[in-house]
Amino acid sequence: MKNISATMRHWLPLACALALAALGPWMSPYLADFVVKVMILSIFALSLELLVGMTGLVSLGHAAFYGIGAYATVLGAGRDGGSIAWLLPLAMGSAAAYALVVGALSLRTRGVYFIMVTLAFAQMAFFVFHDTPFGGGSDGIYMYVRPTLGAIDMESRWVQFYGVLGALVGTYGLLALIRRSRLGAALAGIRVNEQRMRAAGFAVYGYKLAAFVIAGALAGLAGFLVASRDGVVNPELMAWHNSGEVLLMIILGGLGHLRGAVIGAVAFTLLKEVLSTHALVGPLADQWQLTLGLAIIAFVALLPKGLIGVAARLSPAANGAAPKLDAVPAPNAKVTP
Amino acid sequence: MSALLSVENLTRRFGGLVAVNAVTLDLRLGEVHAVIGTNGAGKSTLINMLSGEIDASSGRIALAGEDITTRAQSHRARAGIGRSYQRTTIFAEFTARENCRLAAQAANPRPWAIWQRAQDCAASNAAAEEALGAAGLRVESDRVAGTLSHGAKRQLEVAMCLATRPRVLLLDEPLAGMGAEETERMLALLTQLKATHAILLVEHDMDAVFRIADRITVMVNGAVIATGDPAAIRGNPDVRQAYLGEEH
Amino acid sequence: MDVGTFLVQCLNAVQYGLLLFLVASGLTLIFGIMGVINLAHGSFYMLGAYMAFALSPLFGDQFLVMLVAGVVLAALFGYVLEWAFFSYLYQRDHLQQVLMTYGLILVFEALRSMLVGNDVHGVKAPPWLEGSFALGELMRYPWYRLFASAACIVLALGLYFVVNRTRLGMMIRAGASNRDMVRGLGIDIRRLYRIVFAAGVALAALAGMIAAPMSSVYPGMGGSVLIICFVVVVIGGVGSITGALVASLLVGFVDTFGKVFFAELSGMGIYVLMAAVLIWRPEGLMGRKT
Repeated sequence: MKNISATMRHWLPLACALALAALGPWMSPYLADFVVKVMILSIFALSLELLVGMTGLVSLGHAAFYGIGAYATVLGAGRDGGSIAWLLPLAMGSAAAYALVVGALSLRTRGVYFIMVTLAFAQMAFFVFHDTPFGGGSDGIYMYVRPTLGAIDMESRWVQFYGVLGALVGTYGLLALIRRSRLGAALAGIRVNEQRMRAAGFAVYGYKLAAFVIAGALAGLAGFLVASRDGVVNPELMAWHNSGEVLLMIILGGLGHLRGAVIGAVAFTLLKEVLSTHALVGPLADQWQLTLGLAIIAFVALLPKGLIGVAARLSPAANGAAPKLDAVPAPNAKVTP
Repeated sequence: MSALLSVENLTRRFGGLVAVNAVTLDLRLGEVHAVIGTNGAGKSTLINMLSGEIDASSGRIALAGEDITTRAQSHRARAGIGRSYQRTTIFAEFTARENCRLAAQAANPRPWAIWQRAQDCAASNAAAEEALGAAGLRVESDRVAGTLSHGAKRQLEVAMCLATRPRVLLLDEPLAGMGAEETERMLALLTQLKATHAILLVEHDMDAVFRIADRITVMVNGAVIATGDPAAIRGNPDVRQAYLGEEH
Repeated sequence: MDVGTFLVQCLNAVQYGLLLFLVASGLTLIFGIMGVINLAHGSFYMLGAYMAFALSPLFGDQFLVMLVAGVVLAALFGYVLEWAFFSYLYQRDHLQQVLMTYGLILVFEALRSMLVGNDVHGVKAPPWLEGSFALGELMRYPWYRLFASAACIVLALGLYFVVNRTRLGMMIRAGASNRDMVRGLGIDIRRLYRIVFAAGVALAALAGMIAAPMSSVYPGMGGSVLIICFVVVVIGGVGSITGALVASLLVGFVDTFGKVFFAELSGMGIYVLMAAVLIWRPEGLMGRKT
């Protein structure tokens, strides 16, 4: 039983990716565009999952790294465009550099302080790009030429689709590897009982900082992709609302599971679309902020374990056998009410 | 027999309050050194200073001659100081085995080797097996730690301490909340461990202390009022008055 | 910089800092005593400002009466909000509190949008506080700003008195250090929390009302004040009102003089200050070391 669940856990995401790859050519431009948008948000959400879900560090400033990755891409490309070969590392590197500074300072605090400090540092980044001439101000900057690499041009819709899909698979795979490795085990230990980790001899601060920087770099990757897709960046990318939304995504999907981040990104994006589409909710669409706010409150209050938690409650409970680090009970054991 | 862990004039002030006052003691290999005292005597602060969780205001701590007074807790742990907590500090959601394996991983961290599964780490698995065996938890090793009985959890607490293969054991009330049978098991374990470790035992259970300790230090109001073997302590008038006389 | 200008900037700094203190004290009280991190706290400030906008035509010259009315309304609102919503947050972890209060912000923003729209508004100071007085040879300082500072000082003293010299204050401080003990003593902790929460809301709203004639009343004001308050709380130490006061004044000075000397990059000043505090004393200037 457990083996089936484990197999599903490993192969289901891969199967979904393959299905997406196969369906790509059949999608309408609108749908393909939407899927790309959601995939980029999934990468962003996955990067935060490493911090919040795996390490237990609740950051309310993650959008800063996303935005910095995006801005680095556009600023690096300049008037003449640039090669992916150096723009991508630049984006991820810039995000990682800021994450190193913010992390080094923020990780000196814990709990609610940490939440507030990460928010403040993200706001500082927002301020730099919004209020100083450094980044073109509140209007943002346009990217005249998208990043290229030989024949690969990010302008092309196909390149965007398959490139982003590849990046998503890569990110998911990397995090899956990390999670089952010693690093992941250590991060999980820090999440569950930091005191014991210190007493055992782990350099806890170093691990947390590493997680923070890796998460920042991956958010920078998402930033690179969103800049390449949209061709424009503006400070709203790193607004704190964005940090709040990505946090919501991973809770909505289900904290502690990699697929939760993806599910949450999909679900949240769909939710926002639905709530603001007149055809679906009529006049309520104008009050999407109200309905979204109420929906968020309801979800967090009623479904603290997210959508994956709902699925788990519908399938039977495990029988006291050891849950894995990301426990989801076997779907075809005995049903309990 | 030279001291493995030596403590000289260790003091800790919290504002105007002197919680630990110029405490001097040492831990030797093959010995259980018990520290007893009434509540508020400074025992918890002392043990926290030895493990590295609280800084010392003044004084010196040396492990095998090396000064570790300002070293961080994780450094001391890697250097060979193991600590068990009065309030059970385990990973409740993992199995007992994973608890020990993770603790053991600290000696073999290799965080960059992400292509390897943590569960496949031979070194940490071996250390975990050893620790579980020593603590008598082999049978229950695959149970989720949170579901273990209180006594088993306290055993796991000690096992995790052992998983890092320390030379010095700082045990903070390992017998807390245990029944007679579990106490016997724990004392047997400590007797076994004594041979290869230097053990500091903070305990309230006087019968257990007098049975197992080779030396006893008595603390009152942060200061040491007596140190010696059990017989000497039992006969010491200051100790009687300050501490034993208040018991029962 | 001549003496007059320097004095004006100092006064500005103090006034800004004191206003921040009113908002931050509510935030730190609510966190210190109930353990709830409330992202919607900025919305209460916005509520106050919009109340001033809505009520000032009704009250005309009776500015002080309007302030009192506003405080009462805000306190009532806070009392009901605690009962209807916030009391369910105490048992939840910080992450859930953050997200639920984030949702609450959206709800408040939507309600504001529906009730008063998204325009930027101005609120006039009452006639008896209009105009300015001379400060030094070249500068003049507005009466209203002086009033604002004075009002904040009075409130700060009142807060100090209540927290340190009354039975209510004693219960608040006791509740902060040991909830269960207080409950055991027969003090109705739920009502206590409700009162504290209502007070926090009232303080923030009052700050918004006082600020309205000085800055404009605009949709994003809740968000910006919230983050600055977070910075204040981090610098001062969570749960410490004295810390919030010291930190607010520090932030006031850094921000005001930063604008004078560094113009464009002045907004960074407070974050640099926060970073410095994190390096030196991560638990905050007056926070307890955990």
